Amino acid sequence: MSELLLSILRISFLVALWWFVLTVVSVLRRDLQAPRDAKPLTSARSINQPSQRPTLRSRKTSTKLVIVEGALTGTVLPLGTSPILIGRAPDSTIVLEDDFVSTRHAQLTPNGNHWIVEDLGSTNGTWIDRTRISSPTVLRPGTQLRIGRTSMELGS
Amino acid sequence: MSTNLIRYRVSNRRSAELALLIGAWLIGVFAWILVDASTAASSLGGWTSLVSAGVLLLITHGVVRWQAPYADPLLLPSVAALNMLGLAMIHRLDAAAAQRAASNGSPPPTPDVYLQLTWMLVGLIAFIVVLTFVNDHRRLQRFTFTAGFAGIVFLFLPLLPVIGNEVNGAQLWISILGLTFQPGELAKVALTLFFAGFLVGRRHSLALVQKKIFGIGIPRGKDVGPLLLVWLVALLVLILERDLGTSLLLFGLFTVMLYVATGRRSWVVISALLLAFGGTLAYRQFGHVQIRFDVWLRPFDDANGNGYQITQSLYGLANGGIFGTGWGQGYPQLVPFAKTDFITSALGEELGLMGLIAILLLFAIIIERGARAAVATRDPFGNLFAIGLTTVIGLQTFIVIGGVTRLVPLTGLTTPFLSYGGSSLVANYIIIGILIRISNAARAPEISDAQLVLRQNVDTK
Repeated sequence: MSELLLSILRISFLVALWWFVLTVVSVLRRDLQAPRDAKPLTSARSINQPSQRPTLRSRKTSTKLVIVEGALTGTVLPLGTSPILIGRAPDSTIVLEDDFVSTRHAQLTPNGNHWIVEDLGSTNGTWIDRTRISSPTVLRPGTQLRIGRTSMELGS
Repeated sequence: MSTNLIRYRVSNRRSAELALLIGAWLIGVFAWILVDASTAASSLGGWTSLVSAGVLLLITHGVVRWQAPYADPLLLPSVAALNMLGLAMIHRLDAAAAQRAASNGSPPPTPDVYLQLTWMLVGLIAFIVVLTFVNDHRRLQRFTFTAGFAGIVFLFLPLLPVIGNEVNGAQLWISILGLTFQPGELAKVALTLFFAGFLVGRRHSLALVQKKIFGIGIPRGKDVGPLLLVWLVALLVLILERDLGTSLLLFGLFTVMLYVATGRRSWVVISALLLAFGGTLAYRQFGHVQIRFDVWLRPFDDANGNGYQITQSLYGLANGGIFGTGWGQGYPQLVPFAKTDFITSALGEELGLMGLIAILLLFAIIIERGARAAVATRDPFGNLFAIGLTTVIGLQTFIVIGGVTRLVPLTGLTTPFLSYGGSSLVANYIIIGILIRISNAARAPEISDAQLVLRQNVDTK
């Protein structure tokens, strides 16, 4: 093969390789720009079949709240049907003496078989495991609800 | 009861994955054609190999579509491109070996590329099995201690008398029924699973600091225990099997995972001190470690002896220059072990700096996607496991390419997806399989439970 043809082939391979890499990078860039926490479309679709979402399968209702970390470690609070208020205010269900806790910090509300956590506009936030909640969130058994220096979880 | 399902507008980019996968395959075909053209090698078996590799990749893509529809679309094509480039380079070195045999009048050696293709098949099957049977990566957490035990067993398997095998001064292989395998490669996956499962439950206690010395928090003694234990195991492997690369990899992996789990810089400082201490000790005590260091610092002092491999590699890279010599036009076969440890220097010679940078970019993309899956996944075990697996690939690439280019002392490791070697290929495909599974979980749209509960209540009322 002639020198010229070899050179052309050599360079065209590099061009092909770079073209591939740059295409991958461009897909990567488009992927980064797309909102990962996709917003729901306004048009909701209604279907007429029973929902079988695994996360919603009926499980035993949690009957107690166990404090696993913080000053009140070991405290067990039986859960009934009334909401539970957590904060520094003396009339809260769980009173936490902690500088990182707001007066009225968070509220636990029963809903069917679930307990829903709602942050009441606290300064330092209400956390489930390592994420700060921004909207009412289901507290699942096995996950930790963290408020200030205190962690608690559901038990049955 | 009727339920409102909220529709999410998410492009899962499976078609982009397919297109890129075809592109990766075409790159491999192009390279293969150029090798055949310039070395005048017979391409009779070539086309069957290429077509079967393409069919395998297509089947794998189909399985991803079916089993992990939201998975990251860039991991598989990047890996496929590296694997195809590796196959082409092994084919090219086979041709060089055949030419040399012909000029010596000796019978032509069996080409390695077909064996590598078989291992690619095994690797992709392992990938498919992982993706099919591990529906939820969180279930792997159950096997934390099993994996830890298996990892240690894998590491020490080559030392057993009957199946252990010593090759080139390092005892890393086992051979069963004539098949050789490097169990250390699987050990790194098992140990990553162990570290992730172990650290996820202890990250809070590890973050506790008892006292501070020079502004660095020193964790409690009982929390340092596991780090010291793994450090000792890594050192033991180094001593008994003379495997510098794997011990460095394991140590770096555990350091990164500790840092990610606790967020404490003191672990990095402690690890660096341990590494310096262990390195000094190994340098003083072991001849082969000393040689590696001396060759790294002054390769040309002994260019025909211990420094031969690294100097040939440097000459090869220099011969390649910016744009390379072109496929089949250089002399990469002059570097000993060009197919395994030194495949990057072979690629650097024939594709030049431009080609090598493109290859490094592909590695960077794989690592970025792995790290992104780690950050985006919602469970702490998945975070740690994914970052650990990504670290394995990243660190291994750094250690071996850094060694070949004389940035760090040379420690024998394979280049992920490029090098000839079945154990490495299979283990790395398993890693990519788990990463794709985790990225699928991270990218799948999920309606928040509270939203769903509230919505259901509204509907039933």
